[in-house]
Amino acid sequence: MKYTEDHEWLRVEGDYIVVGITEHAATQLGDVVFVELPEVETQVAAGDEIVVIESVKAASDILAPIDGEIVEVNDELAVTPGLVNEDPTGRAWFFKLKVDDLDVLDQFMDEDEYNDLIG
Amino acid sequence: MVPFAGWEMPVQFQGVMAEHLHTRAKAGLFDVSHMGQVLIRPATDMATLAAALELLMPVSVAALPEGRQRYGLLTNEAGGIRDDLMFANRGDHFYVVVNAGCKEADIAHLTAHLGDQVCPVTDRALLALQGPQAVDALSVLVPAVATMRFMDVITADTVYGPLWISRSGYTGEDGFEISVPFGGADGLARALLAMEDVAPIGLGARDSLRLEAGLCLYGHDIDEATSPIEAGLNWAIQKSRRTGGFAGDERILRELADGPERRRVGLLPEGRAPMREGTQLFAEDGTPVGIVTSGGFGPSVGAPVAMGYVAASHATTGTTLLGEVRGKRLPLTIAPMPFIPPSYKR
Repeated sequence: MKYTEDHEWLRVEGDYIVVGITEHAATQLGDVVFVELPEVETQVAAGDEIVVIESVKAASDILAPIDGEIVEVNDELAVTPGLVNEDPTGRAWFFKLKVDDLDVLDQFMDEDEYNDLIG
Repeated sequence: MVPFAGWEMPVQFQGVMAEHLHTRAKAGLFDVSHMGQVLIRPATDMATLAAALELLMPVSVAALPEGRQRYGLLTNEAGGIRDDLMFANRGDHFYVVVNAGCKEADIAHLTAHLGDQVCPVTDRALLALQGPQAVDALSVLVPAVATMRFMDVITADTVYGPLWISRSGYTGEDGFEISVPFGGADGLARALLAMEDVAPIGLGARDSLRLEAGLCLYGHDIDEATSPIEAGLNWAIQKSRRTGGFAGDERILRELADGPERRRVGLLPEGRAPMREGTQLFAEDGTPVGIVTSGGFGPSVGAPVAMGYVAASHATTGTTLLGEVRGKRLPLTIAPMPFIPPSYKR
């Protein structure tokens, strides 16, 4: 698992990168009540705002961590947004991204580095 | 913790959703000491003071019996709302609770008209205990509260000092607001929190509870530019005051007679996306018709809820409007408020 400074986790699954938010981020957001996901087959560039999360407190964006194409989104979140709080690093993944080269993950933090960031 | 009107306030303890639902199911304790408490003591007699207060508020002060509380509004000369407040007739004086953000301005305004009859309370905290179990919890410490009705006020001598208690609140639930001397506040709060059914509640749930109850938040749903009639607070203006003789009476009486140009309404978004303060509202033909002034997710409703101002021509219950959220126009319906049935003990 790799981590971004925006509190996303990135996990390789086959040829794709699965993206979600960390437990730390989910706790900070509070109870999530709405998730708006991107369309499948959307081309995204690193830094694009592609997911909106609304908690009882406020709305926040999730940015595309890297360039790629959205190949799958987690429709379960549209029905059960509270999964983001219950299981942020498991069932509450947001989308899967197809990228040119999985080595792009090397630029992101590992777990120890991320824990130092939020420490 | 967040800064709020010069105070450090807790947004949440166990989480907004859990705290909200706990308050509706059992009892929630709120520290609302940031609100302004003011005593107004008559220089001559209560009737003269009541008449003076009626020049500043479009509500009946003179007819409020001893031991009763009432919702009030300080209006400006243009018919806008300077602040909304609760005031109680406590026999030989009035006790007033005003919004934290308006406290200084209110005291200056009241003092300008009433002089040194106005005495800010500077040595008391204010707690609110809200929810269906509030009466059982508080009556363990103060048995007299069990027989109070909605909007009754009493003084109770306790080990926490003399408590000024009203059966009222800001959640749509039965409950109490308790003014307690600083020295007794910590002990009273701990005694209540030690009870099984009582949990501490933060600002986040205070906001979602009052939104579901259809209650206005000053500075958001009402302000200096908004009239009580636009805000749908006609019920607060008793029949005896509908002849004028208060600040802003020209506009307020005109809007009472002819109807306002825009009205505060409840709004139910059809999807799951919350529509928050500032969301622009459009008629189905694309005409701009209003704006959301408070909105979010209603934990007890289980869906997003909002309130806002809509042109009177489009403000009928059941009308479908569109709210613009992140560039998309999503449907919502004008709905009656409150969004939950209130459970006041009348």
